[in-house]
Amino acid sequence: MQYIPNILFLIALVLGIGYFTRNIRKVIRNIKLGLDIDASDHKKERWGNVFRIALGQSKMVVRPVAGLLHIIVYIGFIVINIEVLEIIIDGLFGTHRIFASLGVFYDYLIASFEILALLVLLGVIFFWTRRNIQRIKRFWSSEMKGWPKNDANYILYFEMVLMLLFLIMNASDLQLQHLGAAHYVEAGMFPVSQNLVPLFEGFSESTLIFIERTAWWLHILGILTFLNYLYFSKHLHIILAFPNVYYGKIVPKGKFKNLESVTNEVKLMMDPNADPFAAPAEGAEAPAKFGASDVTDLSRIQLLNAYTCTECGRCTSECPANQTGKKLSPRKIMMDTRDRLQEVSKNIDKNGEFKPDGKQLLDDYISREELWACTTCNACVEACPVSIDPLSIIMDMRQYLVMEQSAAPTELNVAMTNIENNGAPWPYNQMDRLNWKNEV
Amino acid sequence: MSETIKVPTMAEYMAQGKQPEVLFWVGCAGSFDDRAKKITKAFVRLLTNANVDFAVLGTEESCTGDPAKRAGNEFLFQMQAMGNIEVLNGYEIKKIVTACPHCFNTIKNEYPELGGTYEVMHHTQFLKSLLNEGRLKVEGGKFKGKRITFHDPCYLGRANGEYEAPRELLRKLEVELVEMKRCKSKGLCCGAGGAQMFKDAEPGNKEINIERTEEAIKTKPNIVAAACPFCNTMMTDGVKGKEKEGDIQVLDVAEMIANAEEI
Repeated sequence: MQYIPNILFLIALVLGIGYFTRNIRKVIRNIKLGLDIDASDHKKERWGNVFRIALGQSKMVVRPVAGLLHIIVYIGFIVINIEVLEIIIDGLFGTHRIFASLGVFYDYLIASFEILALLVLLGVIFFWTRRNIQRIKRFWSSEMKGWPKNDANYILYFEMVLMLLFLIMNASDLQLQHLGAAHYVEAGMFPVSQNLVPLFEGFSESTLIFIERTAWWLHILGILTFLNYLYFSKHLHIILAFPNVYYGKIVPKGKFKNLESVTNEVKLMMDPNADPFAAPAEGAEAPAKFGASDVTDLSRIQLLNAYTCTECGRCTSECPANQTGKKLSPRKIMMDTRDRLQEVSKNIDKNGEFKPDGKQLLDDYISREELWACTTCNACVEACPVSIDPLSIIMDMRQYLVMEQSAAPTELNVAMTNIENNGAPWPYNQMDRLNWKNEV
Repeated sequence: MSETIKVPTMAEYMAQGKQPEVLFWVGCAGSFDDRAKKITKAFVRLLTNANVDFAVLGTEESCTGDPAKRAGNEFLFQMQAMGNIEVLNGYEIKKIVTACPHCFNTIKNEYPELGGTYEVMHHTQFLKSLLNEGRLKVEGGKFKGKRITFHDPCYLGRANGEYEAPRELLRKLEVELVEMKRCKSKGLCCGAGGAQMFKDAEPGNKEINIERTEEAIKTKPNIVAAACPFCNTMMTDGVKGKEKEGDIQVLDVAEMIANAEEI
């Protein structure tokens, strides 16, 4: 009978980690639906970016208030997780505060957890007020209605509850230590939760043990639940930000990729020895589709981008089109890409493979009006704290519209015809290019 | 300014068996747009004044393909690029300078993979190098003490990380440089990029160039300095739209340097 808690703990742990692993494998499967692109170059710069941008949060602090708060929550999250390790060992082996043997170091460890827990709690409350009381504009855009808005708040509530449970657990533990309860070794330093101890004054030992155990169990079950909530939420960035930054763009932002399939065709067209009427070689691959109309036309990095986006909206708040009332929102481009990918994912889960559902990313999620509003200014790319590139998706979709559907706005077709005919977007004669010389 | 300044073409240089120090890539705007032609001419005056041995492609130059590429027409872009690369490689061009950040970005970043690798400089970078080499003198002249705000072109700034060259030149003019709230890496687009120059904007509540012009006006400048012919057009239109053309001029950095000393 005495092993029942240990067994229950093991079951919870296996279920929690198992389900999480299953969903992460699904994320990986879905990302692999994208086109494979070679990103094995620039290893040094890529790792440098991971350290500076992801671990070092260098782009978060561009906005100092949000940046500082985020760093607190981020450090708190990482450091307090050391405590989770102790909880897991205690839970599995029925020990209590197994790391207490570390002595003074343990005291400082617990003290730092406590201070961080308090800071995280305050930080998260501050975050909540920015979102719900101060109502910062980027949290109230049209794409933030319904689930995205609730999701963001649920995460904040989760973190508040987890931190409170952690502090209640410590406070009741401390009181039990004072009472000299069996099992409750005198260990740790509790600069924050000692202030909660008076709340437990006069409680019997069994009541205190009940409170302490309840807080302990809810804390660890809460963490396991939170872990599994990630997949269903925008919050996957706490894991994916690292690989995403690694695979982020390292060439100058102005360098857009050249389509190799087009290069081959253009070279053929310009080759005077090529036979224009030649039939394609036996077994030749079908010509590639130009640009993207659905998520499977995007690259794996672009799909990873979509899963990494945590909907902070810094991109959208810097977007010139969005600021002047156009429909385009780079954040929505990322959210739509993720939502469509999740739809495809469910389709595959249900049918074993993707069964055409008559839908696609273009039109069913992202409208043409959004795509044509972009000035390609790179403000969204610059603003993203985790190196997401919404612009590349916009460009790929424009390529599909123009090269597969000939569906550019009329004025652009005029400009492109001019370029084709006379080498300038305006209808001037190429032979007049140097006329300015005589006007000096 | 009636005296003619020589603008040799590569074809002429080739006939004489000469190679210029640098090719001046004029660009479509610089060749055809009346406002941008003034920038072209100002830059040519500076090159001549600094004794830079330069040439242009003239009628052999064609659109880099930037607007086609950003509009999604990769085919047209690569056709243009390969045509231009053939001409440039035919003349064995090594170094290119251009007053258009879009041409600059495209030739510098997107041509190499298609077979065209050159040292490419934006005209503000080139002028800065002339200044450092002592070939060009930049002094306050008539702009001394004037309030200037500089509008970062997206394709020079964010796209290629060059924020300092134009500012350094402006500081040499001994102007009072005031920054807009959104500047450098956070600079707001003028609204022309991504082929928007050639189409109407999507429905919204404001034009982007008006938003940017309003921000520039807040710095109470005498001059809005630009470094891109398209930004120049957008900001000029914006200033007119706000009925400020009597108070605020929109000038390219090269024009300012050329006009400071009446070069």
